[in-house]
Amino acid sequence: MYLSRPARWCLRIWCALVLVVLYAPIVYVARLSVNTAKNFAWPPSGFTLTWWQRAYHEPGPRLALLHSAQTGLWAAGIALVLGTLAAFALTRHSFFGRTPISLAVVLPIALPGIVTAIALLSAFQRLGIDLSLETLVVAHATFCVVIVYNNVAARLRRLAPSLEEASADLGGDPFQTFRFVTFPMMRSALLAGGLLAFALSFDEIIVTTFTAAPSYKTLPLWFADNFSRPNAIPVVNVVATFVVLASTIPVYLAQRISDGAATFSAETRG
Amino acid sequence: MRRRVARAFARHERLRLGLELSAPIAWLVVIYIGSLVALLVTAFYRLKTDPTGLITTIDSTLHLDNIRRLWDESVYRTTALRTLESAGIVTVVDAAVALPLAFYMAKVASRPARRALVVAVTMPLWAGYLVKGYAWRALLDPSGGALHEIFGHTPGFGFASTTIVLSYQWFPYMVIPLYAGLDRLPDSLLEASTDLGAKAGRTFRSVVLPQLRPAIVAGSIFTFSLTLGDFYMNRIVGGTNEFIGNVVYREFSVNLPFAAAYSLVPVAIMVVYLLVARATGALEEL
Repeated sequence: MYLSRPARWCLRIWCALVLVVLYAPIVYVARLSVNTAKNFAWPPSGFTLTWWQRAYHEPGPRLALLHSAQTGLWAAGIALVLGTLAAFALTRHSFFGRTPISLAVVLPIALPGIVTAIALLSAFQRLGIDLSLETLVVAHATFCVVIVYNNVAARLRRLAPSLEEASADLGGDPFQTFRFVTFPMMRSALLAGGLLAFALSFDEIIVTTFTAAPSYKTLPLWFADNFSRPNAIPVVNVVATFVVLASTIPVYLAQRISDGAATFSAETRG
Repeated sequence: MRRRVARAFARHERLRLGLELSAPIAWLVVIYIGSLVALLVTAFYRLKTDPTGLITTIDSTLHLDNIRRLWDESVYRTTALRTLESAGIVTVVDAAVALPLAFYMAKVASRPARRALVVAVTMPLWAGYLVKGYAWRALLDPSGGALHEIFGHTPGFGFASTTIVLSYQWFPYMVIPLYAGLDRLPDSLLEASTDLGAKAGRTFRSVVLPQLRPAIVAGSIFTFSLTLGDFYMNRIVGGTNEFIGNVVYREFSVNLPFAAAYSLVPVAIMVVYLLVARATGALEEL
């Protein structure tokens, strides 16, 4: 589509404005993490690394990071298995009940988090299950399945079944076909889906509020606790800044490997 | 042994399908749908106080008390409508802001710039939803917040701020499906439209938008559902306004059947939304 030069410039300016708004709160938090004052007051003043030092020595943030990573890895791992299986079943076969099952897969992300949260919590309570890491992982994996499912299903729909048929014709059994033909072609979709599932679990708070054991503080729960303590706010700012900076590594790697497919959405041409 | 299993899989497609489906079905249908159905039933229970008035238990015979209360007490209707209004505004704002950005990313930007932009719009998802919420609180604060100091105006804490902050929070969930949709749209279609004499605006209306509809619906499912279930942002920047989520959160520990009944409102809205969305093919693009 032909766009005039002014039209292109308008689009560029629009993008720049959106990015400024998108990053302003994050930059503000990063600036406050080295602020001398303890509050959010404008304008920020001074420069100190005290809070970074203090955050480094405090056990709370480190434990919360560990808990979030643990939950995210479990949830993403389970979602990878279930989401891939569901993607194969729903894209490669047609059968009675396919439509309701494909709706059941998207339901956990399409229904508001609070509904998932109270449904699962009241089910746990009714069954007499105490809240623990397991209950939290069950809840997170439930809404992560659809992320992996969508990435893998989009890839499978694009893959020509003729390649797999060729493998079978050449004598490959289903395991060999999967290992040498199908899996290599869907590896980047798995990676993109897995990473995004991890990211969603890592920052989830609503379902987590209801299904985590009281003593098990994930990072968002730790944030929620510490925002009400004025003395802790600088440390909260440090931890938040640290997570953003650290997340550039997985995001960059995923970008390199999957060539632009790291989305929660049907994949792109990249 | 392995060979025999492999042969069985190759011959019996149904066996393979059964194995592929059993785990996801066990998880999603038994655990998730099971819990949802239990919640649905709970909505028709009610609280019962024993004769001393001290011990409250749940009476598990079916009644319509909660539904009647939701209908009769106007505060719940107002809250539901307020939440819906916010969800609608968030969705429209996000779609309007995201469309030009996604279009630039997919169709105008060079490959390296496109890659950088994909990273740039997904990175904020890692920055912590609550942290961004509190940062906005500080920016919006009428007594000395940045917006007030720099621009001399701030919407303060209330409905407008909640809606602004929710639009901000869910923005990446709209951009990414739109970008993916535009990326799949072949450039040749746009060129053909230009060759046939259409100007940019006409091409956008007649070619891009119709093709992009499933992607827009997919994005709107996220923004709509996330807003309907939110309660933290309202607590942080919403002043005294409440959303459905706040009521459900508060009632959950006091009156579970009533919380369950009220949560059926967003469920009903989203189920209808999904059924409509399915017709557009949007569910494949989530």
